[in-house]
Amino acid sequence: MAGRDHLADDTADDLLALLLWIGDDHLILGHRLSEWCGHAPMLEEDLALPNMALDLIGTARMCYGYAAEIEGGGRSEDDYAFLRDGTDFRHMLMVERPNGDFAHTMLRQFLFAAWMHPLWDGLTGASDARLADHAGKAVKEMAYHVRHSGEWVIRLGDGTAESARRMRAALDDLGPYIGEMFESDETSARLVVAGLLPDPATVRAAFDSTVARTFTMAQLPPLEIGAGISGGRAGRHGEVLGHLLAEMQFLQRAYPGQTW
Amino acid sequence: MSDDTRSLSPRDLMPIWEVFIRPRTGLAHSHVGSVHASDEVMAVQAARDVYTRRGEGVSIWVVPSASITASDPDQRDENFDPAASKVYRHPSFYDIPDDVGHM
Repeated sequence: MAGRDHLADDTADDLLALLLWIGDDHLILGHRLSEWCGHAPMLEEDLALPNMALDLIGTARMCYGYAAEIEGGGRSEDDYAFLRDGTDFRHMLMVERPNGDFAHTMLRQFLFAAWMHPLWDGLTGASDARLADHAGKAVKEMAYHVRHSGEWVIRLGDGTAESARRMRAALDDLGPYIGEMFESDETSARLVVAGLLPDPATVRAAFDSTVARTFTMAQLPPLEIGAGISGGRAGRHGEVLGHLLAEMQFLQRAYPGQTW
Repeated sequence: MSDDTRSLSPRDLMPIWEVFIRPRTGLAHSHVGSVHASDEVMAVQAARDVYTRRGEGVSIWVVPSASITASDPDQRDENFDPAASKVYRHPSFYDIPDDVGHM
């Protein structure tokens, strides 16, 4: 099914927005994880982190490919990834935060996956067949990300004095960025009604349950989501995104249309 | 949180585990290599990430390397050379009927 003909115009615009939220979250976090390649603390994680990065980038490709069809302007998935400026990106701020240490990266991955897993689980019943089909694949990937990163959160949080200190510092750093996951607006409300997003309360309950179980075992304090920093969905990003894009987009900017 | 982990070496904190993969249902688990991990749960995860990236398996076993008892390399001649002269143990002297199929 190509183009937007199968969708009402309003729905098509909302779905386009959703695909960029999800696609940008996954591309930027996937790029951050890929930065560990060759730098992880042990060989096993040097493979595990790029494995997870490739899962995320695969989802970004699906989102951009579908978005390009709905938009109908002749753009390709590469155009979305490599030729947009920072203010055009719609990811939440947490995913663009620098990797920090291994504890920071694992906690961020755990929080992201604990949120995306129930979201994809809900989307397996989405009213859009293409989204529902991809959700069936992504929900398995996120289940593994929750497990892999969650086990590390537990072992570092309840490990040595040094690892526990680092895991708590990671929680302090990431805390202000968690609330943006659960923000809603008119577009997201319409997407829920249209069957293109699951009920936010269901997603939140699953997230809270996963986090509470893991944090208890990790000797971390209960997660409290207070007022935080947001604006990513409106294209307001930190300076760090500019540095990320400079590296990620360099090749296509310097050699337009280059392929291999 | 244990306070005495500081005195442990990296090898104690991250021992080696031998990894066995079953390529598909009906076949035996085969040794494929080893990983470092803090415990058996992390060892299975590490094995999954290192050894099943290209669809190599449907099941993983991990065993602490320290649990494996190996034959002594110094006893190799006495262990294995005597088998070399007993060609009659190979079942190559029988005609296998076609109906039996692949053995």
